[in-house]
Amino acid sequence: MLDWPLLSLLIWLPIVAACVVALVGSAQPGLVRPLALVGALVVLGLSVVLYLGFDTGTSAYQFQEKAPWISAFNVYYHLGVDGFALPLIMLTALIGVLVIIGGWGIKDRVHLYMAAFLVLEGLMVGVFAAMDALLFYVFFEAMLVPMFLIIGIWGGPNRIYATIKFFLFTFFGSVFMLIALIWMYLQSGSFEITDLHSLPIDLHAQILIFLAFLIAFAVKIPMWPVHTWLPDAHVEAPTGGSVVLAAVMLKIGGYGLVRFSLPITPDAAAALDWLVIGLSLVAITYIGFVALAQSDMKKLIAYSSISHMGFVTLGLFLAFAIARNSGELKGAGLGMSGAMVQMISHGFISAAMFSAVGVLYDRAHSREIKSYGGVANTMPWFAVFAVLFFMANSGLPGTSGFVGEFMVIIAAFHANFWFAFVAATTLLLGAAYSLWLVKRVFYGEVGNQKVAGLKDLTGREWVVLTTLAAFILAVGVWPFPLIEMMEASVQDLMMHIVESKLK
Amino acid sequence: MSIQTQLLLIPLLPLVGSLLAGLLGRQLGRAGAHWVTILAVAGAFGLSALTAWQVFIEGLGPLNYSVYTWALVDGFTFEVGFLIDSLSALMMVVVTFVSLMVHIYTIGYMHDDPGYQRFFAYINLFTFAMLMLVMANNFLQLFFGWEAVGVVSYLLIGFWFKKDSAVKANLKAFLVNRGGDFGLVLGVAAVAYYMGSLDYWEVFANVDAVSGQTVTLVGDWQWSVMTVICICLFIGAMGKSAQAPLHVWLPDSMEGPTPISALIHAATMVTAGIFMVARLSPLFEQSATALSFILIVGAFTALFLGLIGIVQNDIKRVVAYSTLSQLGYMTVALGVSAYSAAIFHLMTHAFFKALLFLGAGSVIIALHHKQDMRQMGGLARYMPITTATAWLGSLALIGFPFFSGFYSKDMIIEAVKASDRWGSGFATFAVMAGVVVTALYTFRMLYLTFHGPTRMDDATRAHAHESPWVVTVPLILLAIPSVGIGYLTVEPILFGGALADAITVAPAHDVMAKVSEKFHGAFAFGLHGFVTSVFALAMLGVGVATYVYLGNPKVAQAAKDRLYWLWTILDQKYGFDAFYQKIIAGGSLGLAGGLSRIFDAGLIDHGVVNGSARLVSRCARLARQVQTGFVFHYAFAMIIGLVALLASFLWLQ
Repeated sequence: MLDWPLLSLLIWLPIVAACVVALVGSAQPGLVRPLALVGALVVLGLSVVLYLGFDTGTSAYQFQEKAPWISAFNVYYHLGVDGFALPLIMLTALIGVLVIIGGWGIKDRVHLYMAAFLVLEGLMVGVFAAMDALLFYVFFEAMLVPMFLIIGIWGGPNRIYATIKFFLFTFFGSVFMLIALIWMYLQSGSFEITDLHSLPIDLHAQILIFLAFLIAFAVKIPMWPVHTWLPDAHVEAPTGGSVVLAAVMLKIGGYGLVRFSLPITPDAAAALDWLVIGLSLVAITYIGFVALAQSDMKKLIAYSSISHMGFVTLGLFLAFAIARNSGELKGAGLGMSGAMVQMISHGFISAAMFSAVGVLYDRAHSREIKSYGGVANTMPWFAVFAVLFFMANSGLPGTSGFVGEFMVIIAAFHANFWFAFVAATTLLLGAAYSLWLVKRVFYGEVGNQKVAGLKDLTGREWVVLTTLAAFILAVGVWPFPLIEMMEASVQDLMMHIVESKLK
Repeated sequence: MSIQTQLLLIPLLPLVGSLLAGLLGRQLGRAGAHWVTILAVAGAFGLSALTAWQVFIEGLGPLNYSVYTWALVDGFTFEVGFLIDSLSALMMVVVTFVSLMVHIYTIGYMHDDPGYQRFFAYINLFTFAMLMLVMANNFLQLFFGWEAVGVVSYLLIGFWFKKDSAVKANLKAFLVNRGGDFGLVLGVAAVAYYMGSLDYWEVFANVDAVSGQTVTLVGDWQWSVMTVICICLFIGAMGKSAQAPLHVWLPDSMEGPTPISALIHAATMVTAGIFMVARLSPLFEQSATALSFILIVGAFTALFLGLIGIVQNDIKRVVAYSTLSQLGYMTVALGVSAYSAAIFHLMTHAFFKALLFLGAGSVIIALHHKQDMRQMGGLARYMPITTATAWLGSLALIGFPFFSGFYSKDMIIEAVKASDRWGSGFATFAVMAGVVVTALYTFRMLYLTFHGPTRMDDATRAHAHESPWVVTVPLILLAIPSVGIGYLTVEPILFGGALADAITVAPAHDVMAKVSEKFHGAFAFGLHGFVTSVFALAMLGVGVATYVYLGNPKVAQAAKDRLYWLWTILDQKYGFDAFYQKIIAGGSLGLAGGLSRIFDAGLIDHGVVNGSARLVSRCARLARQVQTGFVFHYAFAMIIGLVALLASFLWLQ
């Protein structure tokens, strides 16, 4: 069974399913949703097969597929996964199913809606599985198109502004990445990512390449101060769009840092780690405060995402400071693993919170906190989920939200007391904006007639929220398998980046 | 049943009970929910008692083992595991016993509440979390239990979530606790960094290697690493155990139903900080600076927060301030390295304070949820059992000889007197003066509630009656240890080395050894208790209360008028709440709004992002004006260009 081209299946099967759904759509509207669901479920099943066949003992790329693509430029259709890519692919497959179920109630051009999400899913898997830089770039850019359509067609009233902002921001960033890739191709004659990892580059060039990649990925993550597209995109996106955006697309930025910035330009990363660490700490605190001031639930969650992604960038770049501080690398792997866990965990939690807002929006058509109040009275089960999700967002131990933050804070202490000190403010800020929202939306007397008429969760909503709750709790109670999956790759990367690549 | 199974069942039974009552509450029904949860916690109590028997009587050695590996990463092993020794065994018994009493009591107290099943699910979940905390063998699990009890406390303070005051109080409680956790997390991170492990025993084994190290945090000031670690950890304890200035959440937590005030906010959760410091005594012993800090904080809390209790009119708030003050006593004991005395007071306090809270609750049921003592009085006639047990609890609280609180509190006072630690002079004054204050507010409460003329309205009086047996039986069962547990256990716990396997005291700090020279058995100590200055101070407080609140009530009003400034200071709680509300919360929100509007939306988004878009569009508009579509414009431009080009050639030559 493992002879199957699993990764190709994971990429192309959802895209084929999307074509089928789009074509069937107008003729057989009744078939659209079940077909899309089956497609997404098969992909999820395949991702489990991938996990079962994955050897956690090695950092080598597995399930490799390689075929010439553009021979003239030495470009290959080359796929493979390691411990960094695998959990993100599984997350993508899971979210893929949940957005199909969550979008069941869409009325407007549902076949195109489902198709867009399936295409997006395939492309995102492609980003994580690509071992060729140009292939990565193609998936990276192509991914924007379905998301552009999702926000632009099924979005809110101000969707045009938001989509253009979203598109320009990300496109602006990735152009720099393309230049860097072409420069390196001219040096090495290869687009193979692993070749680029071993390509010696002098420090000046490394710094330029590092900055080019940083711009591309910082926009995606997003890091302060290139983050302002995210709240707008989230606010205008339909629930499913927000879920995918927060749960998976932001992670591509973090993944890019792991796959490109750190291993290709380790000396530049060592020289400029203060920049990334500084921006991360600003994201954690400053954005935490900004989140506190939001009156729109989706904006609040969007800012919370930026703040939480600060832990990802912080964790990834601690290794150099740790080596400088203590002369050894103990704790650096903890930071990197913590960053990766934080990405996966934030995938679950942000998806859960956006789904929860979607539940309310579907009923009362408002994202404003002040339109609600006392929702727990009319939707008690929903309130249980919401409290769990927002608690997880504030880093409660026993939920996945705790694991990554805890590991990164410990690692940060290995680098510098004050890094840990600033990072730990999330304990207060995260709890403040999360639980204040809970208080205003869910507690108190029934706020108004609309709230009084709310009905508790439907069956489909139960499925989505229960699934996410289960993962949030499972990773919180036993993160062992997730961390084990990544450990070999983390150790390998850590060893790689402390070796100078200067010529 | 193997010992591992037995120990695993202790926390798991309440967890399962909680899930059943919480998720299947409707199917189980009210009686089903309370039976499931009560049986679960009764099972946990039985097994805990068995464990304690094995530890204290049969001499079961300390057990330290992993239940499962939470994560293996970068050479760190994070485990979930148990450390069972005298300290955890004692805590397990106290927690499960009080929890069991509270569960039974709840049947009566929450009888008419629509959230009946939910309440039982929460208190069962709390029992699970608290057990995980006290049974932990490492910092990770400690932190898990620490936060989990905090969450359940949050849920329970806000149990009546329609009440605005309740959901304000629970947010406040959670956030103030997070302020403490901020310190705790840094402390845990420091432990991981300097000791290379989070396992208690491995950390203790590495203490010597670290104890001489210093670290610079600001400027060139050298800090002892152990001082930094211990102060960070203790800041966590200050949040959970409500030590000034992180105490402000505890009085407000009284918005929650009374059973949880007894269980969580008096007997168990709030003592987690005390427990933690005792558990980590090998660390704290390394830093006299940190211990002095603890001593000062505890002494301040013991005296000054007790004083506020004198001016409270809500019966639960009196008991709440009393709890703050008593937690201060425990902290003082920690500060002079008398860890065993702190744990001993923790235990006796758990019984008598739970008793007092449940007694207050019994009064509140009888009066249909009235809590203002100004509308009580003379209840002794209607509620004999409640009154009698409240008296017993009160005598224990003020430290009347032979009662449990007498032994534990007098031992703390003796320990402080025997200590030469920096700050012990102030602490001695605080704990001695605190005795008067304790007696005063306790007897004020007793008199205003149960004695003197009644101030109830007729409708309330007509319904006032003794509570049902589910309420009075727990009162009686808690009254027994409140009276006798001190007499029975003072000798083994403090002087017999019952906690010696869990608590480390440096020989130079061992104040309990000095105290033991004066101790000649529990009976002799009790008799001697009648002729001490501490007893005189207590009787002074009782005397004043008796004169003012029973004999001549006009004096109270006169004193208030005469000392209005003092009354205002106490009534305003020294301004702590106003400070948090206005400066911290208000300041944060102001900062948040400013950053959001001016910086994020204004400067970055409007200025840079949309500004660059506007710039592009302005350039485009300029460029567009050139593209007029008239041929003669283009021809004119060409000529200009040609001239310019030729001119430049000429100029270059």
